[in-house]
Amino acid sequence: MKQAGKRLFELVLFLFILSFISFVFMKAAPGDPVRYMLNIDDVSITDEQVEELRNELGFNEPLYVQYWNWLIRFFQFDLGESYMTKQPVLQELINKVPSTLALTFSSMAVMMLIAAPIGTLAALYKNKWIDHLSRIFALIGASVPSFWLGLLFMQLFSVKLGILPAMGKGTFLHLLLPSLTLGIAMAAVYVRLLRSSLLESLGQDFIKSARARGLSQKRIFFFHAFRHSLTPVITIFGVSLGSLLGGTVIIEVLFAYPGVGKLVVEAIVRRDYPVIQGYILFMGLFVVMINLLVDLSYRYLNPEIRLRGGDKG
Amino acid sequence: MINRLRTTNSVILLMGLFLIAIIIAPFIAPFDPNQVNMANRLKPVSLEHFLGTDHLGRDVFSRILAGAQTTVGTSFLVLAISLLLGVPIGLVSGYIGGRLDRILMRVVDAFMAFPDYIAAIILSGLLGPGIFNLIFAIVMVKWVGYARLARSTVLTEKQKDYILIAKVNGVGSMNILRRHMIPHVLGNVMVLATLDAGKIILMIASLSYIGLGAQPPTPEWGAMLNEAKAFFYNAPHLMLIPGLAIMVIVLIFNLFGDYLRDYYDVKNQNGGR
Repeated sequence: MKQAGKRLFELVLFLFILSFISFVFMKAAPGDPVRYMLNIDDVSITDEQVEELRNELGFNEPLYVQYWNWLIRFFQFDLGESYMTKQPVLQELINKVPSTLALTFSSMAVMMLIAAPIGTLAALYKNKWIDHLSRIFALIGASVPSFWLGLLFMQLFSVKLGILPAMGKGTFLHLLLPSLTLGIAMAAVYVRLLRSSLLESLGQDFIKSARARGLSQKRIFFFHAFRHSLTPVITIFGVSLGSLLGGTVIIEVLFAYPGVGKLVVEAIVRRDYPVIQGYILFMGLFVVMINLLVDLSYRYLNPEIRLRGGDKG
Repeated sequence: MINRLRTTNSVILLMGLFLIAIIIAPFIAPFDPNQVNMANRLKPVSLEHFLGTDHLGRDVFSRILAGAQTTVGTSFLVLAISLLLGVPIGLVSGYIGGRLDRILMRVVDAFMAFPDYIAAIILSGLLGPGIFNLIFAIVMVKWVGYARLARSTVLTEKQKDYILIAKVNGVGSMNILRRHMIPHVLGNVMVLATLDAGKIILMIASLSYIGLGAQPPTPEWGAMLNEAKAFFYNAPHLMLIPGLAIMVIVLIFNLFGDYLRDYYDVKNQNGGR
């Protein structure tokens, strides 16, 4: 428990540093949001107007004052307003989070539905044709750009066959193409990982002793080997939940799916600082949580770590 | 089939051919990749234009060739900078150890905590869209892997007797690093770099596709796909070719990386992401 507390403190410190770095960075970055904001209306702008808005937004204050003000508002759950939509950033992000989460989890489901059976079969029939097939799938899956795969799917299912909507959000059908795209791209890694992990656990002593105890092959495979091989899979899983989330950014833009990723990409192109900063903090928080969850799931899945951890603390 | 591909030299051959093709690309391109010709737009595949023309009448084949230099060249640049930054930091950190090592590794851990795509998106978000900012962003994401790998290699080698003997004989730290450490480190690093090359190419293309990397009219494969998307119905061939180009080059790098890994028999150590 003590260790967990220390880790939590470190992570909070990490978020704090992150917020400061992102703040300073953004202030130093090129591109003037004030001019951009005034430019939206497409009328000619005077220097006075620019100056006025600059004062209004507090851009003329010293940097540390700006950061301090921002920090105070942050603890009041106020991340500022988007320059573009004039909506509170927190509200905008929270509105978009469910769609992104839906996409993330459905992609994960697709990924599992593909990776688990293929990986298991490849381990069971090592060096048979299904194993070779899984190798080819993994190799191609790791090489294909996900957005291109998405474009091809769109072309096939929406344009040629006309059975699935290509863009937007709303029904379950809208979710199908994006999550299929992302899920397939991600599954490639897991197929091989699950296979090698299963093969490794099948060679362990506890499997041999289970055999000696006369347990059935099926039971050994699914209850012992499968569970044991989940530990490395979960590790990579935690890491790649992040890349899954990174992948959703690309996929959201591709399918015009209104999630957090699309929001931030639009904000980046328009230099909408408050939204970018809100996104960074959201992601920081997310990364911290994932790290904690992965740590916890180790304990649950691997009795060795669980027992050792229990002795110590 | 893949096994045979890996064990024979065909991968190396294929890789070499591709690299040569990329280097001589501007000399074999039949047209100027940025030459706009509105009378000739969205033309299908023909003898004059092998791969047709795009929405501004530019020759797609020439743009693919020029795009190879942007996409692959950029990813090599990213790799080179990441190596030059990560390897020395890892070497020094591992060799000197102590407090310096602890601080540096804390920094590395903080970088590693962020998933690479998210970190790259955040950094290019802070810096603004553009190919140079994207290069910077990906370097920031990638150098840590090399620092880790270099450090862990040094830590293993440092324990061995021949280093002790070298020290006893009064060989200086610089010489030990140069003569004994670097050769070991470079072998491991090369494998990781080849496996990374494909990932970096994918990253550059993906981020350019969503508008954070190369800006039009720069010929870049991801950006080309972005432009092609608007002509989805009229000219599907426009989006087929750049994607295929990305896939083939990444596939070659991945095969080559697998081959190198088997050759050196290095397992994807700490550096791998």
